[in-house]
Amino acid sequence: MAKLESSFKNMALALTSISIFAAAALGVVYKLTLEPIKATEIAKQEMAIREVTPHFNNAPVAEKYMLISPEGDSLMCFPAKQDGKLTGVAIESYSNKGFHGKIKVMVGLDPNGKILNYSVINHTETPGLGSKMTDWFKTDKNKQNILGLDPGKDKIWVSKDGGDVDAITAATISSRAFLDAIDRAYRSYMTQKNAAVDTKKSIVRQTSTSAEYKDKGGSNEKE
Amino acid sequence: MKRNKLSVVLNGLITENPTFVLMLGMCPTLGTTSSALNGMGMGLATSFVLICSNMAISSVKNIIPDKVRIPSYIVIIATFVSLLQMVMQAYVPALYASLGIFIPLIVVNCIVLARAESFASKNSVFDSALDGLGIGLGFTMALTLLGSIRELFGTGKIFGMTIFPEQYGILVFVLAPGAFIVLGYLIAIINRIKKVS
Repeated sequence: MAKLESSFKNMALALTSISIFAAAALGVVYKLTLEPIKATEIAKQEMAIREVTPHFNNAPVAEKYMLISPEGDSLMCFPAKQDGKLTGVAIESYSNKGFHGKIKVMVGLDPNGKILNYSVINHTETPGLGSKMTDWFKTDKNKQNILGLDPGKDKIWVSKDGGDVDAITAATISSRAFLDAIDRAYRSYMTQKNAAVDTKKSIVRQTSTSAEYKDKGGSNEKE
Repeated sequence: MKRNKLSVVLNGLITENPTFVLMLGMCPTLGTTSSALNGMGMGLATSFVLICSNMAISSVKNIIPDKVRIPSYIVIIATFVSLLQMVMQAYVPALYASLGIFIPLIVVNCIVLARAESFASKNSVFDSALDGLGIGLGFTMALTLLGSIRELFGTGKIFGMTIFPEQYGILVFVLAPGAFIVLGYLIAIINRIKKVS
């Protein structure tokens, strides 16, 4: 079969029909994968909460509420409770200072703001370098480990900048971004701590108290 | 012209290995091979796109006018990459997360376009699929080999299995310069073997 001649009509027709086919195929697969992608995201979130908070017997996902970060952004906070008593919170924090973009981290804090654990939900750092942050800051080696530290007292930034934490080898920018996310979770939580204890009240009530505590909390930030 | 089907596959795997002989697709080759698993994942993802796009392009080669063939090929390739991206996100989120930006970049991987232009646009659908398979496997093999060597020298592991303690690893092999060093030596070794035989 001979090739079609490159006339204007043929070229326009060929390109249009290919684009229509491509769009249709993409649409179908998008619809098909929408649910599984959502499900894996939610499963990941629940796993992350379980990983970073101590034992609990409530449903943190159902009791979640918003925290307002010092920058005015909102962070999702999941309270973990054992028999109604708060044992810790999981805060979905983020940083925009990553090497390739946004980093999302689930940070577990105890009621006093000490770091219990963390879990990296999403990042686009270099595979093999920045991506090491998923384990690096939990490893008990030199000054890598941040678990158990209290961001209020300890200097939670990289040693290159005069802090107490060793950055990932060859990925200082990713390390800074990661610690920025931890710091954001801590500051947001501490400035609105009492709102967190009060989770039985309605969402509306919480947002208003959050705003109050935010004003108050502004003075005791560490900078 | 009748071709031996096996020779089409072997051609891509050895005689025209995209990485070691054709030297195509160097960017993902150097970028994703920081570990054996990443290299293999990237290789398999590229193979999938290669086979699908080769078949699609070969089946529509006669209705695409010559002057718009490159944009048409790119649209077809990009479609398959986007499909792959969504499917990976849904079913293998861990691998998707570790390969990150390199998955969407398969669109501009020159191996895929080169095979479309030099093979799929001239041969039958079945032959094109075999060619995609051969080239894809050759690419996967090269990336896995490169990834294994870099992971072994850099962190003392292969596929996450510890061979020797991590503190004896040479970090440069995990970094970009290590990719160039290992690739250079591998190409030298392969050229040497080819000269002897």
